[in-house]
Amino acid sequence: MVIIDVIVTLFLAAGIFFMFTGVIGLLRLPDFYTRLHATGKCDTLGEVLIITGLLIYHAAHYAHEAPLVPVKLIFLIVFIFLANPTATHAIMKAAYMTGVKPWKLGEERR
Amino acid sequence: MKGKEGKGFGILVTFCAMFLFWLLLSGIFDAFHVIAGVICSAIVAFISHDLLVKGKGEKMLTKSFRFFIYIWWELWQIVLANFDVAYRVLHPKMPIDPRIIEFDTSLRSDFALVTLANSITLTPGTITILVDPEKGKFWVHAIAKKPADALLVDKTMQRKVADVYMER
Repeated sequence: MVIIDVIVTLFLAAGIFFMFTGVIGLLRLPDFYTRLHATGKCDTLGEVLIITGLLIYHAAHYAHEAPLVPVKLIFLIVFIFLANPTATHAIMKAAYMTGVKPWKLGEERR
Repeated sequence: MKGKEGKGFGILVTFCAMFLFWLLLSGIFDAFHVIAGVICSAIVAFISHDLLVKGKGEKMLTKSFRFFIYIWWELWQIVLANFDVAYRVLHPKMPIDPRIIEFDTSLRSDFALVTLANSITLTPGTITILVDPEKGKFWVHAIAKKPADALLVDKTMQRKVADVYMER
């Protein structure tokens, strides 16, 4: 059982690393569009890795009590994979339509 | 005649999918919950079957199978995308050079366009801004020159999506 806990911890740590990178990107990158690059991508993989860790933990320790919970977690992963790029795309389109100017190399950061 | 058969098939597929979804989410298998599930799935299938299964179901199996293979390649691209963003963000000099690019594709169907748009957003350094479904034209924001060239010059992703939906 220890080895499963180690694997779960690795998944959670990797997920937290990517979420953390997303936050740093949000703070460091220069404008609206590039910030969306950081949040839109890192969030997807970070959340999915964390949910995968929870899934393995649950399947190893509580499978006989609530066998359907891993299935629900898999539905969550599928939903995140569909919804996250779509939401990023919608925010991007809204900014482009209202005329937010994209940052070019050499300009001052906003 | 054939259109009617297609409709019945669509309702049946939607009903099965909805009922399976109900069973998995509820997890209670007594008579009341199962019958309530049958009624609800039937209502949903009757009203909105055309959202899930379009009338023309030609080569549906082949497309689903190719799409299934495509997903694994896409998952690997997502991992690469995250390392790419992490590298650009954590690098002290931030090697970014953002630009907006436009390109045309041969894709026309809704599913193919959505797949390509979401794939572009999930792969390294590019996010879809706008799609023109009639001309198959894409506006994409790229964070540097290299990911922009991957879409403009190599066109690996366009070819893969076109293969999946057989729209060359």
